[in-house]
Amino acid sequence: MTRQLDFQQTFLRNRRTHISMAHGGGGQLTDDLVQSVFLPRFGNEALNDLLDSAVVPLNGASRMAMTIDGYVVQPLKFPGGDIGRLAVSGTVNDLAVTGARPQAIALGLILAEGLDQDVLEDVMDSIAATTAEAGVQVVTGDTKVVGRNQADGMYITTAGIGTFVRKSRLHPDRIEPGDVIIVNGPIADHGLAVMLAREMPQVKSALRSDVAPLNNMIQRLLAAVPDISFMRDPTRGGIAGLCADLAARTGWHIRLDETRIPIRPETHHAAEMLGLDPLDVANEGKVVIVARASDADNVLNALRNEPLAADAQIIGQVEQPADGLCELVTKMGGRRVIHKPYGEQLPRIC
Amino acid sequence: MTGQAIDSRESLSRLNDAARRLQREVRYMEVCGTHTVNAFRSGLHSLMPPNVTLLSGPGCPVCVTSQGDIDQLIELSLQSGVIMCTYGDMIRVTGQRGSLEEARALGADVRIVYSALDAVRLAAAEPRRQVIFAGVGFETTAPATAVAILEADRLALMNFTVFVSHKLIIPAMQALLKSEVNIDGFVCPGHVSVVIGSDAFRPIVEQYWLSCVITGFEGPQIAAALARLCELTLSGQAALENLYPQAVTSTGNQHAWKLIEQVFTPANVHWRGLSELPGSGLEIRGRYARFNARVRYELAAADNREPPGCRCGEVITGRCTPADCKLFGTVCTPIQPIGPCMVSSEGTCQAWFKYRPRNRAQSPTPIRSAV
Repeated sequence: MTRQLDFQQTFLRNRRTHISMAHGGGGQLTDDLVQSVFLPRFGNEALNDLLDSAVVPLNGASRMAMTIDGYVVQPLKFPGGDIGRLAVSGTVNDLAVTGARPQAIALGLILAEGLDQDVLEDVMDSIAATTAEAGVQVVTGDTKVVGRNQADGMYITTAGIGTFVRKSRLHPDRIEPGDVIIVNGPIADHGLAVMLAREMPQVKSALRSDVAPLNNMIQRLLAAVPDISFMRDPTRGGIAGLCADLAARTGWHIRLDETRIPIRPETHHAAEMLGLDPLDVANEGKVVIVARASDADNVLNALRNEPLAADAQIIGQVEQPADGLCELVTKMGGRRVIHKPYGEQLPRIC
Repeated sequence: MTGQAIDSRESLSRLNDAARRLQREVRYMEVCGTHTVNAFRSGLHSLMPPNVTLLSGPGCPVCVTSQGDIDQLIELSLQSGVIMCTYGDMIRVTGQRGSLEEARALGADVRIVYSALDAVRLAAAEPRRQVIFAGVGFETTAPATAVAILEADRLALMNFTVFVSHKLIIPAMQALLKSEVNIDGFVCPGHVSVVIGSDAFRPIVEQYWLSCVITGFEGPQIAAALARLCELTLSGQAALENLYPQAVTSTGNQHAWKLIEQVFTPANVHWRGLSELPGSGLEIRGRYARFNARVRYELAAADNREPPGCRCGEVITGRCTPADCKLFGTVCTPIQPIGPCMVSSEGTCQAWFKYRPRNRAQSPTPIRSAV
């Protein structure tokens, strides 16, 4: 009974004063934390840009890209990947989309007491294989162990640095009306594969996570089409979060065409079963590319030779008016607004 | 996909044609959360003729769950040794004293399950804990709750109970009509109809002279139902039609019904926005009373006062739109929902928030005031 009274008293105080799962969803609530807690304390030129990697000036004219990401996915192993492949790919991709060439990775492990050593070794094998695939090295690391109930198996943090081969001009400020929006393949595979594995392990599905390092593909793309406006990987928040963000940030109108957004039938089916909009769902092997319309064919031609981009598509366009809205033209020919997901209560997916 | 495109074009052109010839405003109501979401998600609302309005009725199970039920679930979850199992959407609904999610943050053991049987399995695996399953939903989820109770009975589980808040859709539709809501016909839910059968809607057609058209969940299927409803209104008919015959029969799923009847008996229950309706819900039969959380925990009648200012009750009865509510989008958002229609992903308010421009000045279609 005292517990109930406590609850009544603390309820009002609790609202807005405690961190909820939704604060980690990569949606509007995460943004609120960044804007109200982090930026006021740490704000600086590199951070304020809020890009996937910070671009840090070094001596003279040279610059370095730097990024960090934590991974708490459950289950540790899921169809198409595991937490190790995810931890390398996520960080490599965050470097690559800013035009940097990933060079080195730092690996932080938090292990729960009682974790099976075979599980640890499997994940480390996966990290070794993925870093080899991406052409980066793990150059430093750290291991901590916490009590068995203080963590869920294993958490990984990876930080990465990258260098710029050519002067990268990728930036949201370069986006203009007329630019096309391109994605390198079918969306929503990662989030739904993980959620299905986690929430409905009994369901048999062909669905697999798309988790993959994209840096080699992106470097070849930038060599072929150097004047791309902007790139970002649509991880948490999905295509919806990314495009709504870009519309708000650039102030232009973004129109997406549902008939052109690639999605596998099994992914579509899983999204329906879990009641999710695939546009809101995370990807881990996808990149959204914004390029001049005159470069659209060059981008598509460069991508379609790539194994990770055989199904690349133009999915939308940046337009006037400057209303900062993202809109979807649906398969039925109707229109609706796309908002950034607010941080739905989804299972941990990265 | 091409098939769907051709299909929806044909339905939309029939809808527009019939609407033009009607030469008056008509209002149809769907009573299914999936219809609510998909009418927005597919862009159907943006394609509707200006004189046709699709209203969302009491079809989202979370949205019609009474405030008192939510408070009692929270109270139960805070009893020591209890594991509260619930479908995902319920955990963020706010009662008078917070939500299950907030109870969890304060130490309650609240778990999201995807099937009632998961809760039974949990009870079997945790014999020292009391597992309570929140049985929420219409005729679609009630059979699964029945199966869970029968399974708990078979396993002779002493630590499993169900807090039943199941509702029946036909009494709700009848109550709406008695309250003089001005509508011209119903788009009827494919999901529920699979269980109850198309004949269940016949009393609505015969007593209230209103058409009922059963259809599937996709935008084009909803468009087809609206086209048919307009045509029926135009010809002055009231008819029962089933546009989803591949899944819905006239008598429904007899097996599912038998399960419901074996375990439950109809009861007068409280609906948000509709108050107490006779025979509109289910309660566990005396034979299975030991699995009834209301009996086990000796719960008294609930206080069903609704949050001040919240108009969810009027929204789900078609008396106002979310935009008419002062709380909508200001203090009531999916991040801090006040009313259940904003909490549930199938709620009307959340669908409005998610799929329409936030700034009313940017609204592409004028918001027609209901009633």
